[in-house]
Amino acid sequence: MSDAADIHIREILIARIADMLDGCGHVAVGASSPIPGAAALLAQARSHGAMRVSVLGSTRHNFFTDGGRELFDCAAQGRIDAFFLSGGQIDGAGNINLVGIGDPAQPKVRFPGSFGSAYLAFLVPKIILFREEHTPRTLVERVDFISAPGTSDPEIYRPGGPRALVTGLAVFEFSPQRARFTLRSVHPGQTPETVSNQTGFRFDIPDDVPQTPMPDAATLALMRGDVARAVAETYPGFAAQLWGIAA
Amino acid sequence: MTGPAILDIADLGARIPDGAHLAIAPDYSGCAMAVIRTLLSRRIRDLRLVAVPTAGFQADMLIGAGCVAEIEAAAVSLGEYGPAGRFNAALRAGTLTMRDATCPVIHAGLQAAEKGIPFMPLRGIIGSDLVAQRPDWKLIDNPYGSQGRDPILLVPAITPEIALFHAPAADRDGNVFIGVRRELMLMAHAARRTLVSVERIVDTDFLADEARAGATIPALYVEAIAQAPRGADPVGLFGAYGPDEAALGAYAQASRDDGAFAAWLTVIDAYVSQTVPA
Repeated sequence: MSDAADIHIREILIARIADMLDGCGHVAVGASSPIPGAAALLAQARSHGAMRVSVLGSTRHNFFTDGGRELFDCAAQGRIDAFFLSGGQIDGAGNINLVGIGDPAQPKVRFPGSFGSAYLAFLVPKIILFREEHTPRTLVERVDFISAPGTSDPEIYRPGGPRALVTGLAVFEFSPQRARFTLRSVHPGQTPETVSNQTGFRFDIPDDVPQTPMPDAATLALMRGDVARAVAETYPGFAAQLWGIAA
Repeated sequence: MTGPAILDIADLGARIPDGAHLAIAPDYSGCAMAVIRTLLSRRIRDLRLVAVPTAGFQADMLIGAGCVAEIEAAAVSLGEYGPAGRFNAALRAGTLTMRDATCPVIHAGLQAAEKGIPFMPLRGIIGSDLVAQRPDWKLIDNPYGSQGRDPILLVPAITPEIALFHAPAADRDGNVFIGVRRELMLMAHAARRTLVSVERIVDTDFLADEARAGATIPALYVEAIAQAPRGADPVGLFGAYGPDEAALGAYAQASRDDGAFAAWLTVIDAYVSQTVPA
């Protein structure tokens, strides 16, 4: 058993997200996503060659040869099983906002923009929402702008959508039927109450909410070895900070 | 047969007029930074930028220097260097028109242009607030649907007046090697005019070797090229040299402050006047 004190919260997040990816055939990771990227590479490392991973911004872990459009065309054909999205704001109905706060023509706060979210959120079966900062500022009752909706009317073609939300405090499962999150686990040091106090939206709390599992020794060894070196190729700053290794 | 003109970077940049509808490459592909600097020092006016499909340093610099009236992009960001400070400031001040898109809409709009057709249908997007912001995107019912309603979005062709990017090499005939960066091929196919700066111009015929020809934009699509060694500095060029992290970090800082950006621009003006023949 690993000593919990030696395990970084980010390693817990990486291991938990990797668990959600086991069994996927192709996982794609967008730009500037080191924790989801590390999770995908960890899941791939233990898939014994069964999982493909494409990491945007990577040279070695990116096999696309038809330009920026290929990821999106692949998604529309159902060739991508899991993808990660984040948001400046995420609300309790699974909507994400990557555009800004206030009038979009002259916003009070401007986020970068929607990237591919308005497309991929519809087409990739397993969308995992990820936002490390878990505060009432990021997890809001209602987003100011919907870059990608959490759910759609039945007549809208939508094979994909959000399935989970992972933050720095907790893990939620998303029900597209109910357009609502359920708390599934809390990270070390958190309780359902402390998570609730930091969340701007309402969600279901089952009677039994376990602690998010710690990565076991084998997972940690894999993560801190081969996976860390692979992560460093695309995210050198992140790998150096978390594992003290150079690219 | 006359091929593309071979110019210096100042003359290449001079072919981009005020008010141009200009497509630019993302930071991870080929950014023609040396040419962008000539546009900055000239204080080109009223550009309508198309980011393919996201924009970073080039757009932020041009916006900060007052060169841009409008930008269509799926996102504008300095990536791991943080928010695009001049872009954000211009939006807050109401001096820039942002046409928010999503990545595949820009790719599909350019694909429609390369096919010479007026629009392209795309899945997804319906229910995003982006649709309300974009009256040029239209919803129809899938005419090939088998049962019930099947709403699908149409997006218009994007035909840039000019595509500008930087590539590793061109041959003497003006064929441009782009490796696996097919978004540059898409830009050249879609735009009415394509201007390219390259690391070097070589005597080898890129179309003679099948392996290389497949990674080459034929001169047919290229109006002019200019040799610009390290022409993608400080953003970096795939397969050639990486980003200058210190310079990009310094720019990102400067972008978030009016005075610091003005000082940065003064340095660029001096650099261009010393290094680029008038």
